[in-house]
Amino acid sequence: MFVIVYFAALLVGSSVAAYFNQRTPFLLLFTLTLVSMVLGIVGGRGALEMVAIGAGVLAAAAMVSYGFKEFLIQMAEGDAGAFLKGGSTLLTALAVFTALTLMSFWFGWGITEIFVGLIMLTLILAPLSPETAKELRTAPLTAAFGMFVIFIYAVLGIFAPWIAPSGEAEVITQAFAPADENLLLGADQLGRDMFSRIVYGARNSVGLAIVATLSAFILGALAGLLAATKGGWFDQFMGRFADVIMSIPSLIFSLLMLSIFGPEIHVIIIAVAIIYAPRVFRLTRAVAGNVVVMDYIEAAKLRGEGTWYLIRKEILPNSTAPLVAEFGLEFCFVFLLVAGLSFLGLGIQPPTADWGSMVRDNATLISFGDITPLIPAAAIALLTIAVNFVVDWMLFRSSGLKEN
Amino acid sequence: MGDIARLIGQRFGLGLIILLAISIIIFFMVELLPGDIAQAVLGQSATEDNLAALRKEMGLDKPAVVRYLAWLKDAVLFDFGNSVVTQEKVTTIIGDRFLNTLFLAAYAAVIAVPVSIALGVVVALLRNSIFDRVANVVTLSFISSPEFFLGYILILYFSVNWGLFPAIASISEGMNFLQLLERTFLPALTLVLVVMAHMMRMTRAAIINLLASPYIEMAKLKGTPPWRVIVSHALPNAWAPIINVIALNLAYLITGVVLVEVVFVYPGIGQALVDAVSKRDFPVVQACCLIFASTFILLNLAADIGAILTNPRLRHPK
Repeated sequence: MFVIVYFAALLVGSSVAAYFNQRTPFLLLFTLTLVSMVLGIVGGRGALEMVAIGAGVLAAAAMVSYGFKEFLIQMAEGDAGAFLKGGSTLLTALAVFTALTLMSFWFGWGITEIFVGLIMLTLILAPLSPETAKELRTAPLTAAFGMFVIFIYAVLGIFAPWIAPSGEAEVITQAFAPADENLLLGADQLGRDMFSRIVYGARNSVGLAIVATLSAFILGALAGLLAATKGGWFDQFMGRFADVIMSIPSLIFSLLMLSIFGPEIHVIIIAVAIIYAPRVFRLTRAVAGNVVVMDYIEAAKLRGEGTWYLIRKEILPNSTAPLVAEFGLEFCFVFLLVAGLSFLGLGIQPPTADWGSMVRDNATLISFGDITPLIPAAAIALLTIAVNFVVDWMLFRSSGLKEN
Repeated sequence: MGDIARLIGQRFGLGLIILLAISIIIFFMVELLPGDIAQAVLGQSATEDNLAALRKEMGLDKPAVVRYLAWLKDAVLFDFGNSVVTQEKVTTIIGDRFLNTLFLAAYAAVIAVPVSIALGVVVALLRNSIFDRVANVVTLSFISSPEFFLGYILILYFSVNWGLFPAIASISEGMNFLQLLERTFLPALTLVLVVMAHMMRMTRAAIINLLASPYIEMAKLKGTPPWRVIVSHALPNAWAPIINVIALNLAYLITGVVLVEVVFVYPGIGQALVDAVSKRDFPVVQACCLIFASTFILLNLAADIGAILTNPRLRHPK
């Protein structure tokens, strides 16, 4: 029955696509039909269902991303970010802040959540304007999917205490308890709720990666901008120094630093900052180097402006696009490095929930064919993929880099 | 030939200088320890006498520069001192493990290099087709997944569900070569997947870059068949980027190997490094770091030299 309905649906779909002369959907549907036929003959019903589920998941993901993209475009066309610009910015910010503070009394929200929530709100709304709507229209589905995933992770991370049914380090049942209605994903090796820990992990793992990337970025970008404006021996020295640091494999270097200073959060942040700053330095140096030779910089110099003014007002605004894309890329590297470290037991220390160490702690379950330990790992992979998709699109857009 | 030798000599010199700088960083980083090594080894409760005795034994009473020079001299002769935890010689701890790691990396490289370059060229030729897009998404996913994710997925399917290969890559002395290959298949496959994705993307980019150049256009316009355009016009100029891609990814292999060894409990140098880090066994950590860093530099050097040899333009810098 399932087989007949499935094939009928596929054939009807491809016929409709062919009738309306839609080449891509037709090819897609017909390929799916052929693949299902071959797999159905070779692998039987099980394989057929796998293909159907896979295609269904892909289609659902595509639809969700399309919907999210349209939603963003609508928001942008309605100029949702406008109220943050102009003269009333301060007033609006004050109003929102007061509202949130009141809510914090009613619902018992912490001040950190409010602060992070405010920053997120500004970050999401500020760039939404009619100009971005035009650019959003050109975004491929993969980029929209990436943005959607990032949005979900942000929500999970910020509102973790309200989403998670039980506390981060709360032991509620016996070790490795199987999943039921109360425990969505079962319990971990100490009897803590796996689902709650994954939700909290979105806050801890991603938060650490963001802070580490930010510090690497600030360090590297400042050094790069300074080197580009000052030039001379400072430039030379920083360049050679960056060369040396970059020629040590990053995982090895961070292991060295962690072995000496112990696995603590601030050590991880500093280590990552030192390891990844040279990469940012290189890029900033190259981008700013192209800006520095412009005539308007010369004019500003002749006006007698200082180095800091030059960096802030002349160079930075003209080199933001590649820097933002680099930030995304850098975040992926840092996120994977930090996940690797915590997988090795050298990241955020227990009982704080962290995706990398959760994989390691529950790895024994895999030999019983249980996929629970893979979920945090998949969470890491999914976020990295999402960021990569968005960065791909931004790089393509900002550099006008057209292959071919 | 004279100036090629000189150029290669220059690159070697530069590599040596960077290696020296790294050895300085690795050595003096340990000096930054709060307290000193003796304190870290014996713990807070150690008496002054014990500390003094250990310091004398490890030569910590001498100035740091003298100790650095002595350490460097021994390191060049592959003698990294004794482990502070087990008192064994560091060389005996990591000697065999280093060979195991090299074996694993070589195993992965032998599979990954030809396959990924071939696939990269194919994808470059079919660019902007559905096949290319799918390959793009798939390789991006492999690059974005942590190594341990791929490793555990492979364990789940290949060893737990289908029972094809062992999940734990334990190897022992008396095994023959085929058994060895079977035991280490899953860790090698994990490495292959990660590295292949990188290599395919980079090869694709290099080839596309090349195909956009005017002389390829010319060859096409005068009616040369497509396979000839690739084989006799594009390929000779593609060697330099491809060699670069291979060397960079082999260098990437040696860092990826650390996580993969831990996942599959493979007795390699990466696992030794992780153990030493959690036990704070500094001589072993220093030795492993130095070995990893020098392999990394050596491979980058090989990439540089390969590029110089295959691209005459680099021999005459303007």
